[in-house]
Amino acid sequence: MLTTAKTLSPGTKISPPLSARLMPYALLAPAFVVTLFIVFFPMVQAVYTSFFDLILWKPNASRFVGFGNYIKLFGDKVFWISLGHTALWIGLTVPLQMALGLVTALLLNREFPWRGLARAMIIIPWALPSVVIALMWRWIYDPNTGVLNDILIYLSVVQQAVPWLADPDLALYAIIATLTWQGFPFFAVMILAGLQGIPKSQYEAASIDGASSWRQFLHITLPGIAPVLGTAGLLRVIWVANSMDVIFVMTGGGPGYATHTLPLYAFVKARQNLDFGYGTSIAVTFTILLGAVVALYLVRTMREVER
Amino acid sequence: MTKPSTLRRIMTTDLPVLLIVLFAMGPFAWIILTSLTPSRVLDATGVSLSPSGWSLDNYARLLRQTSFLGNMLDSLIIAGGTVVLGLVVSVTAAYAFSRFRFAGRKLFMLQFLLINMFPVVLLILPLFMVMRKAGILDTHFGLILANSTVAIPFAVWMLTSYIGAIPKSLDEAAMIDGCSRLTALRRVVLPLTMPGIISTGIYIFITAWNEYLYALTLGGRNVRPVTVAIQTLIGEYQIEWGLLAAGAVVGAMPATLLFLIVQRRLIGGLTQGAVKG
Repeated sequence: MLTTAKTLSPGTKISPPLSARLMPYALLAPAFVVTLFIVFFPMVQAVYTSFFDLILWKPNASRFVGFGNYIKLFGDKVFWISLGHTALWIGLTVPLQMALGLVTALLLNREFPWRGLARAMIIIPWALPSVVIALMWRWIYDPNTGVLNDILIYLSVVQQAVPWLADPDLALYAIIATLTWQGFPFFAVMILAGLQGIPKSQYEAASIDGASSWRQFLHITLPGIAPVLGTAGLLRVIWVANSMDVIFVMTGGGPGYATHTLPLYAFVKARQNLDFGYGTSIAVTFTILLGAVVALYLVRTMREVER
Repeated sequence: MTKPSTLRRIMTTDLPVLLIVLFAMGPFAWIILTSLTPSRVLDATGVSLSPSGWSLDNYARLLRQTSFLGNMLDSLIIAGGTVVLGLVVSVTAAYAFSRFRFAGRKLFMLQFLLINMFPVVLLILPLFMVMRKAGILDTHFGLILANSTVAIPFAVWMLTSYIGAIPKSLDEAAMIDGCSRLTALRRVVLPLTMPGIISTGIYIFITAWNEYLYALTLGGRNVRPVTVAIQTLIGEYQIEWGLLAAGAVVGAMPATLLFLIVQRRLIGGLTQGAVKG
């Protein structure tokens, strides 16, 4: 059987019949054709639209403006505000999720009786619809009847109710806290799987040599989970950057522009003003900016596939 | 283990884990409590913490006053349709990736990975324009297609790794016994991959059920999935938190239960790729 397989493999001199060589392409065709229509065609359409001045409810007034929308973007104050927020949004949310996820994973990796139950309960935030998460936290943050203010006033942390989502200086951070809550289980689960891949013998050897648990963490645990942290971190940067449903439901980008991020700005522009030309140009710009991170992730993953 | 070490374990492990569990569960538990508190009580004294103040009043109103069951049906059709479309086109693609080495293989794989990274906002605007022209805006079919932008690349990658885990020699043996490629796929590979296919399908279902932005933009009037329906429970003048909470609990329940049922296997599949690196 081994020899049959060898003669059939494309590396040898006898090449397989045409039908066999076309087989993989035929198998790929359905998925490829569907994605062509629902992803690549719309994407080309998006780039194309971004060169037009197109307001959806007056399609006859549509005209080609070349890079006009992009030039307008550079002078748009809201664009720069949103870009800043996007950086802050990613820069705070992902490390917070990762840190909390790491602590959770380290705890869940220990032996205790209700470990399975704890793990199942901790991933609840991951399973909930983002609309539910957003509304739930709006209820918790509510300045009049929200439970967070009740607790904080009871503990005398604050003297009077804080309008978490209505205060322009606080709103973005309040949403970042929500996103951290939503995303930390993902990290916990990923890191936990990484931890379980580290051989126990390494820890045993280290403790025989008298290494403190802190040194064990530094020299065994961290290097052991570094690949997971890298991959999960990159994935989350992309995911958090793209995610705007929670912000949209919690504040809609307000108060003012206090919680605008780039994807949200593009969405709001197109949805409320029906300004699809300008909206798509923001979306395209955002995609190009995110492209650097995506490229990093793709290189990393494809290297694995090569094995 | 001796007694003092049990105490130590409780202080250093059980207690911190309990805190994290409370943090993770707290908000959802709070919304459940809110949904169990009748609106009158909610307005007067706030969320009722004791079972004596609970009632299913909000749930009864949800079913009576709103079209929530119809919305659940919309969500079910869309999520189910996405699972079917996503799996059917992805299974053969995944088989091709894991069994053949052909020109352009890496490029095609890269393409599917790339799609998964596209910002929703980049797709949602042109999809709206395209679907408006095609006349499938606000239909189940339109939303199934939209959700497939996420489901197909995900399914292709997951299934490639699941099928890759099944020894090639099995389909080769079947082919020597006279099966064609496709028969070998159907008779040998598919049954063995079934657990993987099912968990991939369930994950697609959960994602499509929970999806909000496509549903809001490309649907919303005739076809209104639960995620959009929950948001419309916010009244015009003031928010009815009790009713909203009941809607949130009912709407979140199917996906959450599924997630809990399959979490172990699912997480195994999801983390595999990351851990291998």
